[in-house]
Amino acid sequence: MAGGLHDSQIANPVIRWIDQRLPVFTMMQKEYGVFPTPRNFNYFWNFGALAMINLVIMIVTGIVLAMHYTPHVTMAFDSVERIMRDVNFGWLIRYAHANGASMFFIVVYIHIWRGMYYGSFKAPRELLWMLGVVIFLLMMATAFMGYVLPWGQMSFWGATVITNLFSAIPLVGDTIVTYLWGGFSVDNPTLNRFFSLHYLLPFVITGVVFLHIAALHITGSNNPLGIEPKGPQDTLPFHPYYTIKDSVGIVVYLMVFAVLVFFAPNYLGHPDNYIPANPMVTPAHIVPEWYFLPFYAILRAVPDKLGGVLLMGGSIVLLFVLPWLDTSKVRSLRFRPISRVLFLLWTINFFVLMWCGAKPAEQPYVLISQISTMIYFGYFLVALPLLGRFERPLPLPESIAVAVLGPKALGAGPLPGGVTAKPMEKA
Amino acid sequence: MRKIQALLLVAGLLGGGLSGAAPAFAADDHAAPQAPDAGFSFNRIFGTFDRASAQRGFQVYKEVCSSCHSMRQMYYRNLTDLGLSPDQVRNIAASFQITDGPNDEGAMFERAGRVSDHFRRPFANDNAARAANGGAFPPDLSVITKAREGGANYIHALLTGYREPPAGVTVMEGMHYNAYFPGHQIAMAPPLNDGQVEFAGGAPNTVEAMARDVSTFLAWAAEPELEARRALGVKILIFLGILGVLAYLTKRKIWADAH
Repeated sequence: MAGGLHDSQIANPVIRWIDQRLPVFTMMQKEYGVFPTPRNFNYFWNFGALAMINLVIMIVTGIVLAMHYTPHVTMAFDSVERIMRDVNFGWLIRYAHANGASMFFIVVYIHIWRGMYYGSFKAPRELLWMLGVVIFLLMMATAFMGYVLPWGQMSFWGATVITNLFSAIPLVGDTIVTYLWGGFSVDNPTLNRFFSLHYLLPFVITGVVFLHIAALHITGSNNPLGIEPKGPQDTLPFHPYYTIKDSVGIVVYLMVFAVLVFFAPNYLGHPDNYIPANPMVTPAHIVPEWYFLPFYAILRAVPDKLGGVLLMGGSIVLLFVLPWLDTSKVRSLRFRPISRVLFLLWTINFFVLMWCGAKPAEQPYVLISQISTMIYFGYFLVALPLLGRFERPLPLPESIAVAVLGPKALGAGPLPGGVTAKPMEKA
Repeated sequence: MRKIQALLLVAGLLGGGLSGAAPAFAADDHAAPQAPDAGFSFNRIFGTFDRASAQRGFQVYKEVCSSCHSMRQMYYRNLTDLGLSPDQVRNIAASFQITDGPNDEGAMFERAGRVSDHFRRPFANDNAARAANGGAFPPDLSVITKAREGGANYIHALLTGYREPPAGVTVMEGMHYNAYFPGHQIAMAPPLNDGQVEFAGGAPNTVEAMARDVSTFLAWAAEPELEARRALGVKILIFLGILGVLAYLTKRKIWADAH
């Protein structure tokens, strides 16, 4: 192809002229038009698209907020209140951004849960999964720094507690903390660099999201049955089938989002963050935002600071090696009766950790956190490797089409090797 | 397998145990009793502010609270949103002497307030506020209902919550016993007394009525966008509801022959 034009199939002469030189239209048609997608997605498969929409909402509202925000310890709090009061629809933009962060985590937690339940992390999608974990980590860093910007009491004390965690690292810990702070306590330099990084990281996320989607379009999507499509009878073109199905999910998502923004904008926040930051007054309870609570509970479950930090880090790093911890060849937990029950219990346990994270670090919450932490790690490190070896999975369906369409699909005759089957116009 | 069964058992016990034991854990020594629901109109999901009450509440703030508490986010111009006429607001602003400057000679000077001025602050700085109040800092009230658990209900409960200390409780020098303040010992002396503020038109001025009015005013000051927000929210939810039905019907039609 060197030196030649792309062989474009597009009729419109103007678009064709562009497409011959830069085949973005061909690419869009291939990746989002006719892209063969398993025909049996349930609504859990909406959440990738929802996360994408959410990222765009966060970036757009964030850019507008940055136009009005002042990253200085004496002015940050007042500048946020000015956005709420004097900027046209500033309250809408700020509440959408603040609650958008919560929505982002709700969506991404469900997206991750979906991947774990249906085994989307397994071969050949390991790298796709690991890129997702990278996005999750970047999201956590971004959300944490964003919460510091309004410079309320929880901003300040949350920043103090979390940055102090790095001091647990032997030898270099204190140096790292000094660099994070830009000084010897959380102060104006900290606020400035957090603002800078909070603006930068979403674009890094966008880059990794691009890689995540690129990897997805190599392997194709997993599906609720966890078996690979064997031929065209198992798939549908992405458009219009999944563009419309995603549209339904997007409207429902926007409705939940709207209820939060318009009717309970501070429900997920903490009242103390409407008190301007004061280094001389420590709040009675320092709690992070709700989406960090499970990990905060793990941190506090360990009496040793370094141990707590390592375990908290480990609870997420573990996700990177999940494809190798789960040794079962069967992806979907629909066909793994014991794993399914254990994973649902693990899910409940995640909420128990979240609940513990919001409680003060005293008994009985510490004990419950410790038990829950053991269950969290036990599932990954003990249950999954053993289950892969000993669990007897249920029989897998012959193909997606057979499972979804039943005898209708069989009427099309046997499917030798799948690939040789004729493309079906409509099921 | 045994390990798995053990895990299952632990998780099951935990799940079952938590639901039964939750109320026992709820007792928290640090917290004051939860403020009772004072039945404010704006706390209802589609509720609005009682303008007359909020205006009286501003008068309570102006004549009582503002001698110690600032409202640094507020401008006099904001009061027109409370239903006061531009003339009334202009007169209110002009009744305050505001320090302005420096002028061409480099000196600060006093002038009558304008609608574009921030609410005048009672103290020059936080240290002065502390010094005048026995070391206790009177918090800024701009967003106080958003900054306290319970919001306006808490403010109302606090203002009406002064009691004689129960037997066995010693109140520290310069402190006052309050049923709803966390820790129960508050530096602020009971700010309201029956009949303290004279309302035009003779609206009731008991402590309870004034507490209700000033809580309404503070809730409005903290969330002046509340009514516009809810009104827009209703429109957007109706729009999304219709769009959602259309999207779902379209989805059904497209998928009709696909499964």
